[in-house]
Amino acid sequence: MNRREALARVAWIMGGTVIGANLFLEGCTREAGKNVESLFEPATVDFLGDVADTILPPTSSPGAKEAGVGAFIPVMVKDCYTAADQKTFVEGLTTLENASKKQFNRKFQELDANERTELLAAIDKEAKEHQRNKTDEEPNHYFHLFKQLTLLGFFTSELGATKALRYVQIPGRYDGDYPYKKGDKAWAT
Amino acid sequence: MADNVYDAIVIGSGISGGWAAKELTQKGFKTIMLERGRNVEHVKDYPAATKHPWDYPHRGGRTQQMIEDYPVLSRDYPLNEKNLDFWVNEKESPYVEVKRFDWYRGYHVGGRSLMWGRQSYRHSDLDFEANLKDGHGVDWPIRYKDIAPWYSYAEKWAGISGNRDGLDVLPDGDFLPPMDMNIVEKDMAARIKSHYKGKRHFIMGRVANLTQPHEGRMNCQYQNQCWLGCNFGAYFSTQSSTLPPAVATGNLTLRPFSIVTRILYDKDTKRAKGVEILDAETNQTYEYFAKIVFVCASAFNSTWILMNSATDVWEGGLGSSSGELGHNAMDHHFRCGAGGRMEGYEDKYYFGRRANGLYIPRYRNVGDDKRDYVRGFGYQGSASRGRWSGEIAEMSIGGEWKDAMCEPGSWSVGFTAFGEILPYHENRIFLDKEVKDKWGLPVLAMDMEIKENELKMRKDMMEDCQEMLEAAGVKDVQTYDNGYGFGQGIHEMGTARMGRDPKTSVLNGNNQVWDAPNVFVTDGACMTSGACVNPSLTYMALTARAVDFAATELQKGNL
Repeated sequence: MNRREALARVAWIMGGTVIGANLFLEGCTREAGKNVESLFEPATVDFLGDVADTILPPTSSPGAKEAGVGAFIPVMVKDCYTAADQKTFVEGLTTLENASKKQFNRKFQELDANERTELLAAIDKEAKEHQRNKTDEEPNHYFHLFKQLTLLGFFTSELGATKALRYVQIPGRYDGDYPYKKGDKAWAT
Repeated sequence: MADNVYDAIVIGSGISGGWAAKELTQKGFKTIMLERGRNVEHVKDYPAATKHPWDYPHRGGRTQQMIEDYPVLSRDYPLNEKNLDFWVNEKESPYVEVKRFDWYRGYHVGGRSLMWGRQSYRHSDLDFEANLKDGHGVDWPIRYKDIAPWYSYAEKWAGISGNRDGLDVLPDGDFLPPMDMNIVEKDMAARIKSHYKGKRHFIMGRVANLTQPHEGRMNCQYQNQCWLGCNFGAYFSTQSSTLPPAVATGNLTLRPFSIVTRILYDKDTKRAKGVEILDAETNQTYEYFAKIVFVCASAFNSTWILMNSATDVWEGGLGSSSGELGHNAMDHHFRCGAGGRMEGYEDKYYFGRRANGLYIPRYRNVGDDKRDYVRGFGYQGSASRGRWSGEIAEMSIGGEWKDAMCEPGSWSVGFTAFGEILPYHENRIFLDKEVKDKWGLPVLAMDMEIKENELKMRKDMMEDCQEMLEAAGVKDVQTYDNGYGFGQGIHEMGTARMGRDPKTSVLNGNNQVWDAPNVFVTDGACMTSGACVNPSLTYMALTARAVDFAATELQKGNL
């Protein structure tokens, strides 16, 4: 069991809820670059929303874009990321566009849904490979960061928590032998 | 009566201070409770209690600014954007780490009673006799029979839920009905019982959360967000439990923003006559006078006050004649254990978020068991069913993957051990007069570490856990030791210990300072040894007992 899992498992001891525990434990110097501000531009928020929506598209529940993940991501990158991850993230936007142009001769947002999925699935493989082999000092893969923030943002959003998952703010009771059948959603919190 | 004269002064408003105020006021004493930080009003000042996850811009996480502002808090889980206002401002109140020491403080009315872990266990005679039997530290001046009725008294008011398990090492109390184990935990407990033939036990955690309405407070709503403050008053805090009855007597004056700088000591009567405070907002100095003083400022800050008091008589401060003031600092060492996966139970889940788990009481060095270290440890943990992690190679993005991630994954089990730290004389705190806080007051320096006994114990803490989880049917069990920083247990104890001899202890068996019998120290500072269980219930019981004693002595004219 790694530190993050261990932390999540003992969270009840002090009554804490651990969301995106890895974000709680990382961090070094704060150096918000000017480039980070550009993430808040409407076009970029829209772009991030489309990337997120490819990772978590609408199904029987809303997708990441509708859940507001595009606007959530810049806040996290600006306030919570280290300078190194900020750099990786911002540069990643260009890298992603270049990959799209190289493979399809079009910008990412000009691709259809299947093309977007094909492109990001390939980049995701590359990111996983990178994260598996890198040392602690080496930078993260930008798509690792994209995906992490997408998941965190979606499952803690109002739509993600209440439509994709089940959310009960005040349960009022505890039942430790509660029936489950395949297809039932997980609890959001 | 002048407006700065009271019958009793209580320093601090946390678990111990709140109990002292309740008991004193209910016995008819005009009491002033001095709290160094701001006021926190029940419900009104719990702004996060009604928020949803999406109401937080960082969804509860931590920003780089927070990490910069809270270098100590950021070392572990407490730093988060949800209840940041309940943690001390580290820039205003620094301290010195001769060796690493993680100090998680709450400077406000209610203190850490608002954020505490709420696990509530009695010490047994195994604990009260430990120092005498193995020669570490000095003998406790009390035994279980002396405190047992006061445990009952504290439990009945505070509201502790738990099962009566009938174990010698962990005496039963006056409990509200226990919370429920989930289906996996129940099966694990049964397997442990049969495997260890009744020598080891998985029991339901005993916790200061109400399982039924109690003394005007509502029962737990299973939100598992206690440390944000509870609008239902369902867990014990000063605000929910001890402050309301104290206020109701009409005998209480609560003064926030009051930093007690010293106890005023009268050389002639050999008694305290009151305290001096610094108003944290105006920097004005005031004096308050009373017949008795209860020091409940949290363990190390209580000792800080003693160290700054009566220095014209004793250079090292009030209580230092023993040579033990500031020494024998303790905590509980933890952050190691094991976890794994429980197969099956796919058709089982749970409803509600239980802010409690299972407890495995101490079994090492109990009865015939003998290890290459002394004392022991207990475990806390639970079985839960998280969301599917989504980490498989074939599927990594897209709709099918998303829908799969919206379902729960397999059951997992995790347990963490909490071990006793011996009372080492050389583990100490002292005043560093070179470093000053925002108010120009000298700060504490921390100089303590765990030693060979604890390190040997940690090996068992991990390996035993693996063995027990495997016996309980858990698969893929892995041990872990995430490393322990002294203080991380947030169970600071010792530095003004109780004892039988004024030459080797700061306090007597009634928590009176030997050198000033109308001064009582009843928080973690008084602990003679630490046991391995969560300590707060013991502070409640000792405080109520000491107030009762003080009242009797006052009646007799002995104080």
